[in-house]
Amino acid sequence: MSSGGSVIALRGATVRFGGHLIWEKLDLDVAPGTCLAILGPNGAGKSTLLKVLLGLLPLSAGTITVDGRPPRHGSSDAGYVAQQRVFDPDLPIRGRDLVQFGVDGQRLGLPRTRARQVDPVIEAVGAQSYADVPIGLLSGGQQQRLRIAQVLAGGPRLLLCDEPLLSLDPAAQQEIVAVIDRHRREHGTTVVYVTHEITPIADVVDQVLYVAAARWAAGPPDTVLTTESLSALYGTHIDVLRVHGHVLIVGGDGAGACTHPDDAGSVGQVRDRRGRGRPAGHSPKGHQR
Amino acid sequence: MSIGFLLQQPFAQHALLAAALVAVSCGLIGPFVVTRGMAFAVHGTAELAFTGAAAGLLIANNPVVGALVGAIVVAGLIALLGGRPRERDSAIGVILAFGMGIGVLLLGFYHGFATAATNILFGNIFGVSGDQLIVLLVIALIVVTVMGIWYRPLLFASVDPEAAEARGIPVRGLGLLFLIVLALTVTGAAQVVGTLLVLSLAITPAAAAQRLSASPLAVAGLSIVFAVVAADGGLLASFQSNVKASVFITCISFAIYVAARLAGPLLRDHRRRHHQGCPADRGATQPRAAPEPPGMAAMTGHHDDPSEQKGRDPAGRADVLGPGDLPMVSPCSQGRGQQGFSWRRAVQ
Repeated sequence: MSSGGSVIALRGATVRFGGHLIWEKLDLDVAPGTCLAILGPNGAGKSTLLKVLLGLLPLSAGTITVDGRPPRHGSSDAGYVAQQRVFDPDLPIRGRDLVQFGVDGQRLGLPRTRARQVDPVIEAVGAQSYADVPIGLLSGGQQQRLRIAQVLAGGPRLLLCDEPLLSLDPAAQQEIVAVIDRHRREHGTTVVYVTHEITPIADVVDQVLYVAAARWAAGPPDTVLTTESLSALYGTHIDVLRVHGHVLIVGGDGAGACTHPDDAGSVGQVRDRRGRGRPAGHSPKGHQR
Repeated sequence: MSIGFLLQQPFAQHALLAAALVAVSCGLIGPFVVTRGMAFAVHGTAELAFTGAAAGLLIANNPVVGALVGAIVVAGLIALLGGRPRERDSAIGVILAFGMGIGVLLLGFYHGFATAATNILFGNIFGVSGDQLIVLLVIALIVVTVMGIWYRPLLFASVDPEAAEARGIPVRGLGLLFLIVLALTVTGAAQVVGTLLVLSLAITPAAAAQRLSASPLAVAGLSIVFAVVAADGGLLASFQSNVKASVFITCISFAIYVAARLAGPLLRDHRRRHHQGCPADRGATQPRAAPEPPGMAAMTGHHDDPSEQKGRDPAGRADVLGPGDLPMVSPCSQGRGQQGFSWRRAVQ
């Protein structure tokens, strides 16, 4: 196995749950400082791959190395940014405390809060003005900045972001992407996004891994996100359209694609063979306002 | 009887010491109980400590050891049966109802002092013997030690289990450890206020503290102080009357909570005024178009703002495609939130 200088190296990686094949024979090399986007429909195993990278889940077959070693659960080399979650407004935790977890949250003994450990990362994400506000009172974008600060406080070489932009508005999405990308350029951190919408991160992504139907395709965005490549992956005709910087992936034969009139951001709606429509890119959820 | 005379009596000294020990444990775990949403687990454990106590009374005439065993067995069952919060609550409900039934049956077989039964339910702080005091002391030492050692990972796991797990914290193991500590604490508290009123020491002080501060350490400190004030204050008040100490303890505890609820918003207003006038020091990377409040204005009040509504998006989770489904994706949307899932108070 030659991982070379790769931060992430997968060879013949396969994951099964019970009898269900998630994806198989995955080969992937990610160079240091790369921004990788893992794309694919719901249930394709994107988050599963993140769990494998974090050492939370073993491969059913094949090998994986992170920084030349098998991933170790709890290693400080890999930082994990989860999707924005709802914090209770009464939660007695300030943004500063959330970031402090990234410094010593796993350590035993009584807490010793030192401002000099957390202030630089809070500043790096631009959260200094609301770091002392209870976390549950902050907006989704503010909370997500602080969670990124928490992860950056651990000094990771690899940043794994699981749908970090979900349920954020477009302006907040752009800010979060900018914060992460600035850190990547300044520190040479490798960044992995798991997402089902590439548009917010399209400008910063170097490499794409598209997983669907237990198969995968990897490479630069321009080679993977094409009509030919994704049609081969899905085994049915898929159109990839590029409109004003948006990448639209539209599937379905005969019924064709339609644009959902209410959802300005998410244009692709696909219909399956039985004509049932489903908003693409979002799992069943309403359209906002 | 004067207070001074009473305080020289061993039974009163025992009682005050026992109440203080119990209060410290309760005040310490309270904020975690609130953060983890485990108030019902406290109640369930306490109710089943009653069953254990009834069994202990019947078998060995020792309700404390019985309660201890009962509470720990229940903690194990809760950990075993309930993983997710909602699942956990129904599991507790199931165990609680069954356990209470068994407890009543056991008490039916008991032909000792009738007050022994009510003492389990409503506490009998003045009946604390030297042996029981030692048990309470050991319990308090265990609770304080465990919480002292695992404070940070437990807090992390309570606030953000996903991130904590990714960081290598054994979230499930800590959950079980916390349940055991909870069982120990509840057993101790049941001696003072009785199994039915344990929540007045295990929840109320922490809930009050949470109204006054958002700093985890300050909340822990306030919670302990409130619990000790309620427990020993209630005892001293009951010295002067024929009313059970648990009545005064629950009343003082509740009064503190009401005061904290009233004082909380005032404190916030005070801080807001304090912050006003500070320059907005937004980071250079933040475009002005951001929908976030600028600078210190973050504390200038909160209101329900439709632009801040949030939804937990189920996308990308359990929706595994069957082989017949055509996988459909459009990685192109702007990630709109889900309508009406939860309205949040937002800072503006």
